[in-house]
Amino acid sequence: MRLRAENLACSRGGREIFAGLSFSVEGGEALVVSGRNGAGKSSLLRTIAGLLRPTAGTVALEGGTPEASLAEQTHFVGHHDAIKPALSVHENLTFWAQYLGTGGDVTAALDAVELAPLSTLPAAYLSAGQRRRLSLARLVAVKRPLWLLDEPTTALDNVAQQRLSGLMQAHLRAGGLIIAAAHGPIGLERPRELRLGAT
Amino acid sequence: MKAFTALLARDLKLAVRVGGGALMGAVFFLIVIVMTPFAVGPNLKLLALIGPAILWLGGELATLLALDRLFAADHEDGSLDLIRTGAVPLEVAILAKAVAHWLTTCLPLVVISPLLGLMLNVEPRALGWVALTLLAGTPALTFIGLVGAALAVALRRGGLLLAILVLPLTIPVLIFGVSAANAAITGPAPFGPPFTILCALSLASVVLGPVAAAAALRYAME
Repeated sequence: MRLRAENLACSRGGREIFAGLSFSVEGGEALVVSGRNGAGKSSLLRTIAGLLRPTAGTVALEGGTPEASLAEQTHFVGHHDAIKPALSVHENLTFWAQYLGTGGDVTAALDAVELAPLSTLPAAYLSAGQRRRLSLARLVAVKRPLWLLDEPTTALDNVAQQRLSGLMQAHLRAGGLIIAAAHGPIGLERPRELRLGAT
Repeated sequence: MKAFTALLARDLKLAVRVGGGALMGAVFFLIVIVMTPFAVGPNLKLLALIGPAILWLGGELATLLALDRLFAADHEDGSLDLIRTGAVPLEVAILAKAVAHWLTTCLPLVVISPLLGLMLNVEPRALGWVALTLLAGTPALTFIGLVGAALAVALRRGGLLLAILVLPLTIPVLIFGVSAANAAITGPAPFGPPFTILCALSLASVVLGPVAAAAALRYAME
């Protein structure tokens, strides 16, 4: 499996953010996108997820499920956690597991991010780090080959960061792909790096 | 199909939980109808004459009330991004949200409208018919409003824009809804033709609304 981006360009509000961006990521490989604030890290991830239309170029997953679009094979973890405060922790994850996949093992996924004891708590009472962990539990509950993580370690404590690191390593060992936007190390061994806005 | 029912069930659940919009429309509707006799005065004939129009206007405004949060809430917390990476087309996801909106906002209006019709001196034998016109016409209001809600998604206070965009488009629904209701109450024009057109308007909006709303949403989120 390989994600290939060719000559990708993106502009926001009439301003070109990046152009002529080409890279490829193999299965089992992680790519860390770095760059200053506003360099276009988030825009790049959103473009790959199909949430933004590139002004030029293409991005495609080779060797994935042919009938599924790239977006359907992608987990997108952005700045917003997509959590409804009125629903419980378990209900939140159950919804995404059913909507994005075919149900999945919600309890095991909550266990993987150490939220199982809080599963009946309304999500309104979660702390920022716990919300982020609930958001990351989607990655476990529904199997998708490409993970797009936008600063995934935000608000996570040390233990949770190690947990996330473990989840990412397991995903890579299983042949998955990770593209993460980050300012510092996020617990990946020898990731490839893509620097935006270097010019 | 599973994604469709999951989204529908989630929106229904959210509507009845704390901070949800269910029954808000119905309560607004109730207030408008209860205030009308006080504003018009104790002229029962006049009240009966304008009753169907007030019922329809109140229903239309009440429908609009919950529409501006339909996509905006999901947009603000990032859910809309994930909804777009789902296994079903965006059009189908929007259909699920629209059905949930109709069930939680419009269906209660239809259910309480016979009771409120009494307050407007609508003839008892016609109450069921007026409710029937609302049942047939409110899907059109939801699905036309859907497009406006999608266009206004990225705006902080999209409610006003939504009203300006959507209400003119619902004028045909209002005209045929009220004329069908009047035909049921007073006659002599037959009930059938305006009611059939009302059904046609609803069916057409159910088909076209999600497609237009999906296009608007993709554009608005760029």
